[in-house]
Amino acid sequence: MLQVNNIDVFYGNIHALKDISLEVNEGEIVTLIGANGAGKSTLLKTISGLLKPKHGHILYLTQQIAGKPAQGIVKSGISHVPEGRRVFSNMSVEENLELGAYLRNDREQIKKDIQQVYELFPRLDERRKQLSGTLSGGEQQMLAMGRALMAKPKLLLLDEPSMGLAPLIVKQIFEIIQMVNQQGTTVLLVEQNANMALSVADRAYVIETGKIVLSGTAKELQESEEVKAAYLGGL
Amino acid sequence: MEWLQQLVNGISLGSIYALIALGYTMVYGIIKLINFAHGDVFMLGAFIGFYAIARWDLGFFPALIIAMLLCAIIGVIIERVAYKRLRNATRIAALITAIGVSLLIENTVIYFRGASPEAYPEVLSNKSISIFGANISSQSIMILGVTIVLMILLQFIVHKTKIGKAMRAVSHDPDAARLMGINVDNTISATFAIGSALAGAAGVIFGVYYTRIDPLMGVLPGLKAFVAAVLGGIGSIPGAMVGGLVLGVVETVVSALGYSLWRDAAAFVILILILILKPSGIFGKNTREKV
Repeated sequence: MLQVNNIDVFYGNIHALKDISLEVNEGEIVTLIGANGAGKSTLLKTISGLLKPKHGHILYLTQQIAGKPAQGIVKSGISHVPEGRRVFSNMSVEENLELGAYLRNDREQIKKDIQQVYELFPRLDERRKQLSGTLSGGEQQMLAMGRALMAKPKLLLLDEPSMGLAPLIVKQIFEIIQMVNQQGTTVLLVEQNANMALSVADRAYVIETGKIVLSGTAKELQESEEVKAAYLGGL
Repeated sequence: MEWLQQLVNGISLGSIYALIALGYTMVYGIIKLINFAHGDVFMLGAFIGFYAIARWDLGFFPALIIAMLLCAIIGVIIERVAYKRLRNATRIAALITAIGVSLLIENTVIYFRGASPEAYPEVLSNKSISIFGANISSQSIMILGVTIVLMILLQFIVHKTKIGKAMRAVSHDPDAARLMGINVDNTISATFAIGSALAGAAGVIFGVYYTRIDPLMGVLPGLKAFVAAVLGGIGSIPGAMVGGLVLGVVETVVSALGYSLWRDAAAFVILILILILKPSGIFGKNTREKV
């Protein structure tokens, strides 16, 4: 479904992603794990069009999307939940969800989909009219995910959904990620919480200083000595 | 009832400042640029209205609408030509460019039609209406009415329409807005269009009310509207409305007290005070830098 082929991305002079390739097949949850500053977010931003790769191709459903403007990529079915949630804190929960459906014009269906998001996240339903800046971190994460789902994505990019959240909330969020996946959305999940990520994913990649250093099924990586030592608390 | 009359004068003047201040504050809110050419768009609006009324024999409302439309187009052209390519440049570069655009517009107008002032034709009947013993001109009421309608329209656009929501999203977080599929460039252009249209309307209203326009007329009202925007809290739409009205009333009161020579100084004393006492303005939030 998504094929990233040998991309290089620079921030000014900094070579942030070096010759990265990865693949996401339809229906999968693929996770990308790695330490802070390894380039995980950079890769997601490049896929969603916020950054442009200097070299390489990104193929999505046989279409070349590298360097296309972000709105075109959203339209083609890729939604990105950014790191730190980035909800529009000056707007209500409902307005945030409406913005998620910005490119759609089917009003009736949008209303139904908002209801569906509320079913998925009942906490948001209770807070419809509340300014999203007043929500807790977990609720903001739910809102950011709900907002992304409003675009009806085929591929959902999630950037560190567990960041700064209590373990119980993290568990809930991951259950929802699995649920969304079962309903037919492919997921590319970036995480520092390798344990959690590997437990829900089908396949995984490990990224270190801008390079993919390991890849395999989630199970293989869970058992790999290197991964255990570096990311799973060295058991 | 002298006071009531002065208050109405102050509100009329203030509503002109408020209309200009809205453009400042909207543009600042979305691209963090103080668009110093905005006062000159106001001047262009006044001249477009003048030619529409004096040369093409149009009435007040058609002239107002033509001025608003042309100013909207001019605003978009200014943004696309001068500011767009500086979006990732330092703020000071964009600011200096804005001053350059301001000088360019003023001198272009002077080049084509000379620097002499023009007398605005009387398009609105100017009867005096007596309310509670105060003589209030029908023009003041008309101006106030037009301003209020425009402000309600603006609130509607910003809060209820898709483009308004996009504007708020972009001003809050451009990258997150991109991820929603919002076209940030078009949204910024729309902001310039709306802000410039309001300045154009203010130009026509100013011409009708004060009857004298010239190519440098935008400088002082432009600066004062900037003060109004800062007073209200730059980036805040209600702030610009309130800031404009407060400034207009203060100026009128200063004149009415017999210090009319100090009228212009009053605005800048307010600017200095607000920057010392509450730099975020009346409606401004204490801005935290995003990490």
